[in-house]
Amino acid sequence: MRLEIRNLSKIFVSEKGEQIEALSNINLTIDEQEFICIVGPSGCGKTTFLRIIGGLDVATSGTIQLNGQVITGPTPQMAMIFQEYSLFPWRTVIDNVAFGLELRGLPKEERYQIAKKYLDLVGLTGFAENFSYELSGGMRQRVAVARALAIEPKVILMDEPFGALDAQTRNRMQNELLQIWEKAKKTIIFVTHSVDEAVFLGDRVIALTKRPAKIKEIVPVIHCRPRDRTCSEFVSIRKHVLELIAEESSGT
Amino acid sequence: MYTTKVLQRRYIGLILPVLLIIIWEIASYIINNPFFLPRFDAVLAVLADPFRDRLGSGSLISNAIRSIQRVGLGFICAAVIAIPLGIMMGWSDRLYRFFDSTIQLLRPIPPLAWLPLALAWFKIGLTSVVFIISIGAFFPILLNTIDGIKNVRKTWLEVASTLGASERQLLLKVIIPGAAPLIWTGLRIGFGIAWMVLVAAEILPGTTSGLGYLIMYAYNFGQIELIVAGMMVIGIIGIAFDFLFQSVEKKKFAWRRLER
Ligand SMILES: Nc1ncnc2c1ncn2[C@@H]1O[C@H](COP(=O)(O)OP(=O)(O)OP(=O)(O)O)[C@@H](O)[C@H]1O
Ligand SMILES: [Mg+2]
Repeated sequence: MRLEIRNLSKIFVSEKGEQIEALSNINLTIDEQEFICIVGPSGCGKTTFLRIIGGLDVATSGTIQLNGQVITGPTPQMAMIFQEYSLFPWRTVIDNVAFGLELRGLPKEERYQIAKKYLDLVGLTGFAENFSYELSGGMRQRVAVARALAIEPKVILMDEPFGALDAQTRNRMQNELLQIWEKAKKTIIFVTHSVDEAVFLGDRVIALTKRPAKIKEIVPVIHCRPRDRTCSEFVSIRKHVLELIAEESSGT
Repeated sequence: MYTTKVLQRRYIGLILPVLLIIIWEIASYIINNPFFLPRFDAVLAVLADPFRDRLGSGSLISNAIRSIQRVGLGFICAAVIAIPLGIMMGWSDRLYRFFDSTIQLLRPIPPLAWLPLALAWFKIGLTSVVFIISIGAFFPILLNTIDGIKNVRKTWLEVASTLGASERQLLLKVIIPGAAPLIWTGLRIGFGIAWMVLVAAEILPGTTSGLGYLIMYAYNFGQIELIVAGMMVIGIIGIAFDFLFQSVEKKKFAWRRLER
């Protein structure tokens, strides 16, 4: 599934009536099974970008095409994983994971079977009957990942999904996500504040300018997987991306 | 150590009632006038014989059953209208604005102020009592339902729509379950008010049975112990229903309290 983003712009009109330009003429083509990471200064428009791709916001101009088909609203071909906790707290873990399948009218037995498979994948086999408030932050985020995967989307959109986690859990989640990505063969667009995370995960790192966001530079990370954070190539790419962000944060 | 603490916590609430009963017993002994303050054991004697006919107006139990039937009927009528209306008003801003002004106008009118009109419309009988009970229960159910629907987290809705939910599925699988704890709270408050309204309505002219009627009737005969016993039954039934609502809340909607 190719994702083509053409001349994408977004202008918000605030309550007071002033215009806030969030995205300015973004062009990007994302290949099938690519892992794209997006970094940029705070408030530059990353969430807006992801939400428009996912059909949750409408672009002011420009188009998004998924395999030639224009996106006009949310589609189960793309699943979004939000930064904040998004599980349905009145449902058990397995009923959360099976939610998308339930919407499609799959009988209980069938959807549980599929949901169990994805719970295994994210390493939560024993937690099917628990409620989300009984899980840790990292576990909940993994349930959200399983819920997104269960509907077998072509594209997964992730908005700083590990932002709230401590460094250790975060590292573990990054490795788990890579494993899932390799096993499940998805296209992933991953927004993050962390340059280290972006370079560790992405095939390409897209650095955005400050608001209104344009593409500043696309940094390919050819460094093979699994990545070693200490090798010189990783360190130099990371340094380069950090410099790009620093330019945007300090510059005029 | 641990058990004494638990015991202390559990029984600390009993101290005051026991104290009050003792003071009551002493006071009634000193005053020695059953038409002013009956002895506690006289009240207990009435309570101990709940099936006995009182003053030709039926027993405590039969009157309690009448009261509960009325309140149940009025409460159900209120819920059947208030919940769907609240869901619609919480969901659509236009409907909200359409109905809100009228609701704000009607809400401050005490339910009992509707009684004369209800009597004029429906005559003396079940319909007018049920009508004013419904009015008492209606507003808390409605307002809590609106609140519950409006406070359903936007992220839940967005998650559901990216997973492919239709409008109908959003309503049935996200909005209603997400709002359910507050709707339930509304039902609980509404029932409490319905119960208070009912007893007051039964005291006023228009009814010839029910606990409210019984204690007012007892007044005419100077049977203060029956009045107090009736009041206790009214209180106990109120607590019992509230407890029922709360235990369902604890079981079904624990997530709302426990969510971090
Ligand atoms: N619904 C909205 N109405 C008006 N302005 C908005 C709206 N949503 C976002 N904005 C503005 O658009 C800009 C980009 O916001 P966005 O949330 O996309 O930034 P971000 O890059 O995700 O920020 P962060 O890194 O802090 O998460 C901000 O200036 C924000 O104030
Ligand atoms: Mg953001």
